[in-house]
Amino acid sequence: MTSRFNMRSLILSTGATLLLPLLILFSLFLLLRGHNEPGGGFIGGLVAAAAISLKLFAEDYRAARTMLRVHPLQLVGVGLVLAAGASLPALFVGESFFTAQWWTLNLPILGSLKLSTPLIFDIGVYLGVVGSVLTVVFTLAEAEHS
Amino acid sequence: MTTLMAILIGCLYAAAIYMMLRRSVVKLVIGLILLSNGANLLIFTAAGLQRGVPPLIDKGQQMIAGAAADPLAQALILTAIVISFGVLAFAVVLIHRACEVVQTDDMNEMKGTD
Amino acid sequence: MVMIAVLSCFVLAALAPRLHSLTGRQTGWLLALLPAAIFLYFASLIPLISSGETVRHAYQWLPSMAIQFSFLVDGLSLLFVLLISGIGFFILAYAGRYQEGHPALGRFFLFLLGFMGSMLGLVLSDNLISLFVFWELTTISSFMLIGFNHEDDDTRKKAHQGLMVTVFGGLALMTGFIMLGMAAGSFELSEILAGPSLTEHSLYLPMLGLILLGAFTKSAQTPFHFWLPNAMAAPTPVSAYLHSATMVKAGIYLLARLHPTLGGSASWLTILTLIGALTMLTGIILASRSTGIKRVLAYSTVMALGTLTMLLGLGTEKAALAAVTFLLAHALYKGALFMIAGILDHEAGVKDFRDVSGLRRLMPKTTLAAMLAALSLAGVIPLFGFIGKELLLEAVLSGSRWQLGLTIATVTANIFVVLVGALLALKPWFGKTITTPKAAHDPGPALLAGPLTLAALGLLFGLMPAIPADYLLRAAASAVYGEPVSGTLALWHGINLPLMLSVLSLSLGLLLYRFWTGWREHTIFIERLSQFGPEAGYNKLMQGLVSFSTWQTKTLQNGNLRHYLITTLATVVLLVGWAVLRLDKIALNIDFSGLQLQEVTVVGLLLITVLAAVTAKSFLVSVALIGALGFGVALIYVFFSAVDVGITQVLVETITVLLLVLVLYRLPEFRQLSSRANRARDATIALLSGGLITVLILLVTNASSMNSISSYFLEKSVSEGYGRNVVNVILVDFRALDTLGEIFVLALVAIGVYSMMHLRTGVLPVTNADKRHAVQKQREKSAKTGVKP
Repeated sequence: MTSRFNMRSLILSTGATLLLPLLILFSLFLLLRGHNEPGGGFIGGLVAAAAISLKLFAEDYRAARTMLRVHPLQLVGVGLVLAAGASLPALFVGESFFTAQWWTLNLPILGSLKLSTPLIFDIGVYLGVVGSVLTVVFTLAEAEHS
Repeated sequence: MTTLMAILIGCLYAAAIYMMLRRSVVKLVIGLILLSNGANLLIFTAAGLQRGVPPLIDKGQQMIAGAAADPLAQALILTAIVISFGVLAFAVVLIHRACEVVQTDDMNEMKGTD
Repeated sequence: MVMIAVLSCFVLAALAPRLHSLTGRQTGWLLALLPAAIFLYFASLIPLISSGETVRHAYQWLPSMAIQFSFLVDGLSLLFVLLISGIGFFILAYAGRYQEGHPALGRFFLFLLGFMGSMLGLVLSDNLISLFVFWELTTISSFMLIGFNHEDDDTRKKAHQGLMVTVFGGLALMTGFIMLGMAAGSFELSEILAGPSLTEHSLYLPMLGLILLGAFTKSAQTPFHFWLPNAMAAPTPVSAYLHSATMVKAGIYLLARLHPTLGGSASWLTILTLIGALTMLTGIILASRSTGIKRVLAYSTVMALGTLTMLLGLGTEKAALAAVTFLLAHALYKGALFMIAGILDHEAGVKDFRDVSGLRRLMPKTTLAAMLAALSLAGVIPLFGFIGKELLLEAVLSGSRWQLGLTIATVTANIFVVLVGALLALKPWFGKTITTPKAAHDPGPALLAGPLTLAALGLLFGLMPAIPADYLLRAAASAVYGEPVSGTLALWHGINLPLMLSVLSLSLGLLLYRFWTGWREHTIFIERLSQFGPEAGYNKLMQGLVSFSTWQTKTLQNGNLRHYLITTLATVVLLVGWAVLRLDKIALNIDFSGLQLQEVTVVGLLLITVLAAVTAKSFLVSVALIGALGFGVALIYVFFSAVDVGITQVLVETITVLLLVLVLYRLPEFRQLSSRANRARDATIALLSGGLITVLILLVTNASSMNSISSYFLEKSVSEGYGRNVVNVILVDFRALDTLGEIFVLALVAIGVYSMMHLRTGVLPVTNADKRHAVQKQREKSAKTGVKP
């Protein structure tokens, strides 16, 4: 039995195929610029989740699931570990738990890269949001599918 | 504008509560959504409404010169929106399963089952 | 070292079940080594303590709350510690043999040792809070021990009763302790006792009442005496240990301990002497009417506890000395007698005085121990009990109030004590030999060592009263009295009034023993009285509590979400509404100036959407309207400078609609389920709540608010958070821990959803019809097999 939501619209599936990389890229852009301009882990994560859901609606559950490669719950796990792990570096330099740490890496050619625990934390949030939303959506779509 | 918002929030609350008092679980979910919207707007309004001064600092500046909207309330609401989405998702799936198992959406009938 | 003594009991308690499975039969003796070691250690402190010194050790526990593990050894606590560890030694050895073969013996040792540790902690604690903790621990371990044979319904009920009464007292005690600590300015007993008497303090009466409630329930004073005889459901070693020698004396210990600070007032004197005398008489009269051996002993313990309370109430120097002497004598003979009752049950299978007679030839050693102990109880010269009784009479006669009344009460009680003593000393051993259910014979050393030693000590101390007096009792009495006590003990005081009263009660008591059966028949009315007694009251109270909670559960916790909501909302509306109406000036922030067209349009559209969503007849329409509502709200956020929030709202709204369509489309269409009246009621509540919210917002936004902490974030965002989007800096830096908690919630939701949809095993459709069907099937099945469901 195929999903009732599989609309099999050529325009939609073509559009989705084209849009998807752009949307994912956009979500990463939102994530990374979030510290200075509107955006951040929550917003980026929601955009990415919505984009993958679009794939689900345009094609079907299997396609979306295959494209993601990993199970969304795994994303949640990685996200939580990253976010929680971001609290630890401060302990090693003798500051209190969760104090933000900033490092500047000087890379040849590319210039300097600012790395910080808030960034790691935000990536964790991003993955957590993508994973959670997709788990819910996938689970329901799967129930529909079977 | 605050006055207008107060009326809007009151209406959201009233509508949410009315829907939550219905016997259909689906209406309960709709009530839940209305309620979370109302609550978010309540915090937003209580923190003070300000037009056109987002809490974004211009490049090269140390802080915003004049007035700015309350960033704390915004951060709170932002997380509240995502959390209420989580709660909603959970409730929706729970209801979905419950309806599947007990074959009814009437809470009076659900109550009679264990 | 003191701390180690207390803690080692708990450690050994935890190890006991394991140890028991290793060492088997000899576990009792092995475990008894610990109390023996504790006894020896504390005995080594005797010279120091008897010279008037005290030992104090403190270990910090919760320094921020001024709670520490501090231990104080003085005369009083030393007396108790020696009793607890000394009798504990015999009890453990005794229990190992008595309960031999019981499948849960390891657990029994665990509770018994746990109790021992708690009791030691109780009497050694210098801190009120840790004292209270140990106090409650004794209650709990006592509950476990009374209910040890928990397969029996009646035993469970009795254990429950003991627990209820003592826990009730414990709660009162805690409150009293807190008041005491506040009034004295310290929670350390040593500091409280060194401080001034608190009888003039404004909190004195409530404090005294609460502490007395705790002490009286624990020490089974009238009207709480009923739990103690019922606690005899416990195995006999427990009764011998907890319910005669140690735990029930915890209340007495507390009264004695606090006597220097709280005693001496008119209320102390009145309450303690009267309740004590009443308990004494109630206990001994009930004892004289009982026939169960353990029951007689239990009631006579109630009498002894009453006597001690009365003596502490009198509070004179003589009374303090009499109290500690009586306490020691009682612990010695009562511990022995309980163990003998256990021997009679274990070796001869008898539990009732009417079923036993003439065992002296079959059990000569037991008879000897029983006679020594019972005669000490009856107060026969030259046993230690005699000295205790003489001191008691002297203290009562020289008391400051009600000498005549209290003397009459004491002498009356003594007549019955003699009766009970005679019952115990003569009835099972002399006369015609009745065949007992088991072939009666003397038990082995494990069972006999305790009663023989304790009874022999009663004789030794009686003949040489200077030994206990010099080494132990004077220091203990000084701690009770608050100042050094100088009296001494002697067997022979010459022919004086107390002696004559003793002789009187002895002869009358023996006379009464001759007519014991007749006495019981003539006083049958007491049984009828007991249906109005405190135990009946307790049962009524418990039944009332159960029916009340059933009623209130049915009414309030009826499992109907709408009722909960209505109750909660109505309460909120009423209380908050009342508070609003009571405001001096209701200043609402009503201001329609400066509105902009786009804002008014969005708000207007939102209002229409809300109304439409409420009245929508179809689910899909509702969902569409909800989506529209969400986007409208997002616009409001954007209008008022909340860019991030607006974006989030739009995205979440999109996914929400998606989700709703994905899940709920299969649900039935909307039906009109409620009646018109219900809908009207709900609408009223909804409108009232909504109106209240509007009014509150108008009030709050008008009031001058406190300074927001937001300015801090606005200032520090760039300089400390290195980010220009303040909202994001708050989320990932300033308040990152909150955000972490939030994504954990999201993860939980994901896991919850996943498991709800994937773990479907064992899910059966259960409806009312199914349930009825299942019940019907069960009935048919049981009708076939003849087994009741």
